[in-house]
Amino acid sequence: MSVLIELLKEKQNRLCSVFFSAGFPQRDDTVKIIKDLDANGVDFIEVGLPYSDPLADGTTIQYSSSVALQNGINLDVIFEQLEAVKDQVSTPLVLMGYLNQVLKYGEQKFCQRCKECGIETVILPDLPMIEYENHYRALFASYGISNVFLITPQTSDKRIRKIDALSDAFIYVVASSSITGAKGEISEEQINYFKRIKAMELSSPLIVGFGISNQSTFDTACSYMNGAIIGSAFINFLDKNGTHSIDAFTKNILGE
Amino acid sequence: MSEMLKEQTNTNEQPKFQPTNEGYYGQFGGAFIPELLFPNVKELEDNYLSIIYSEAFQKEYKYLLDQYVGRPTPLYLAKRLSEKYKASIYLKREDLCHTGAHKVNNTIGQILLAKHLGKKRIIAETGAGQHGVATATVCALMGLECIVFMGEVDIERQAPNVARMKMLGASVVPAKSGSKTLKDATNEAIRDWIGNPTDTYYLIGSVVGPHPYPDMVARLQAVISEEIKAQLLEQTGKENPDAIVACVGGGSNAAGAFYHYLEEESVALVAVEAAGLGVDSGESAATSQLGEVGVIHGSKTILMQDEYGQIVEPYSISAGLDYPGVGPLHAYLYESKRATFLNATDQEALDAGYELSRTEGIIPALETAHALAALEKMDIKEGSVIVVNLSGRGDKDLETYITHLKEEK
Repeated sequence: MSVLIELLKEKQNRLCSVFFSAGFPQRDDTVKIIKDLDANGVDFIEVGLPYSDPLADGTTIQYSSSVALQNGINLDVIFEQLEAVKDQVSTPLVLMGYLNQVLKYGEQKFCQRCKECGIETVILPDLPMIEYENHYRALFASYGISNVFLITPQTSDKRIRKIDALSDAFIYVVASSSITGAKGEISEEQINYFKRIKAMELSSPLIVGFGISNQSTFDTACSYMNGAIIGSAFINFLDKNGTHSIDAFTKNILGE
Repeated sequence: MSEMLKEQTNTNEQPKFQPTNEGYYGQFGGAFIPELLFPNVKELEDNYLSIIYSEAFQKEYKYLLDQYVGRPTPLYLAKRLSEKYKASIYLKREDLCHTGAHKVNNTIGQILLAKHLGKKRIIAETGAGQHGVATATVCALMGLECIVFMGEVDIERQAPNVARMKMLGASVVPAKSGSKTLKDATNEAIRDWIGNPTDTYYLIGSVVGPHPYPDMVARLQAVISEEIKAQLLEQTGKENPDAIVACVGGGSNAAGAFYHYLEEESVALVAVEAAGLGVDSGESAATSQLGEVGVIHGSKTILMQDEYGQIVEPYSISAGLDYPGVGPLHAYLYESKRATFLNATDQEALDAGYELSRTEGIIPALETAHALAALEKMDIKEGSVIVVNLSGRGDKDLETYITHLKEEK
């Protein structure tokens, strides 16, 4: 069982995940950012694999991806960085990228490198459920990798149940029907959506992504779901402050 | 159109070049979409065939194609071109369609589909602006809101088409991400669709994107080859030419011109890509030659990418051919060798554009000029019958042609 799955069994409230793009703001910041998040109460860290055409991302992550690519980041460098930090942190890492990166790198080689770097969870937003079932489920399982699916307010109950059955880590709950980007508040419509999903009593933990930017939105999301992911807000912070005082950022979210 | 297609759809034997139920042509195609788009794409997949082949749709589609677009377009025997190649060279005159290119065949069909689905807001991507204009046109016709995403770089390069779209009442939204061209405009349109999942219809301009778009657009463009068959029969006594030649960016005009000949292996299919400054110059859009298997805009296909799967920006003098991928049908036609893939450089296309202008009195679009340039590279047997799909007219490219003319002098 993966470290993340163990953690999700033990802790079911206020799970805090932070996303950033590897290689942003500087190519070699990846390691420091992971260490600082690890030291400051983050439960799991999502490492974005910068992509030229990130379809499911808003302007903030498009920006960080494009800067990181200009910085010369690539999958080989990212895996080296992850390998270097592996024994220095205990927080589980999740990789988030696009399917074409995995295809071109080689599916086996990608899985092998994940294994060597202690990566046990991946999120590939453009890998649909049917393709996962037909072509990736067995491969990922053979390397001990869990795949995370997204659901949205438009996802049918039937499909959510199927996703729940296929998930062994958590379900990524998209807070609004929109691409990523910190919006500053959670609407009543979103809360009704959280309530609807919660009432389904799924077996997978529910982690809210998209639109979590501060303590208030984090608290609101956590009062309905098991935890939340902060992405764009952290990218904006890094853009402004570099890798200084990351503890201030996490305090601002967690209120500690 | 409907009868011929129904025959193919209902047959028990799976035709080789029709997609599977999941939208696969061999290993290419599928629907690699984020979960966020699943309901939108599923709605389309579940309904497109029944709507397109309903009597009401067919009646309206046919009427608009005949009376609004100006179909059937002529099949013209180009006398002097024929003399040059000692063969019968026919030009399928899609340039005479309303708005100046084949693009409108697709937008008429999809706008009717959007209406049947009850959508109120239409979004589209455009590169050179031809699909944007064709979309803005049908939105004006149907009284629907129209938002066209266009790369910031292309907005500058294609000012007349931007003006046309605005005059037709469309909003033109600059795509400022990535390389600020067609692929980024497509990304922006997809992002908009993710953010507006219920009231919005995404009107894709080529045989690209997730299933069912490649198949749907091919079926809507299939009217081109349906007419070629009837017109060739009338003019030559035979339905089938020896070869059909069409340019390929995403590949919608080629898909339409090939469609009813896909399963007839005696007809050679020639797809012509843009070589830009030369296939190996680093400034090219010859996807089949330079690309590898990958996923772009929801479809598994051949695409231009670097060693880490980052998508590479293509180059061509023609803004309608500089797409880093190619539709999944074309990827399969290439892999299976059913079609021959040739390419033409900027210079060869310009020369062919001038030649057609001066020998036949037809100024072709720069995209189309690539198809004409490929005639030089084909092994044309004496007396053979060749159809070139003249996909668009060259008015939009006059500035480029004029610059070239000055350089020649």
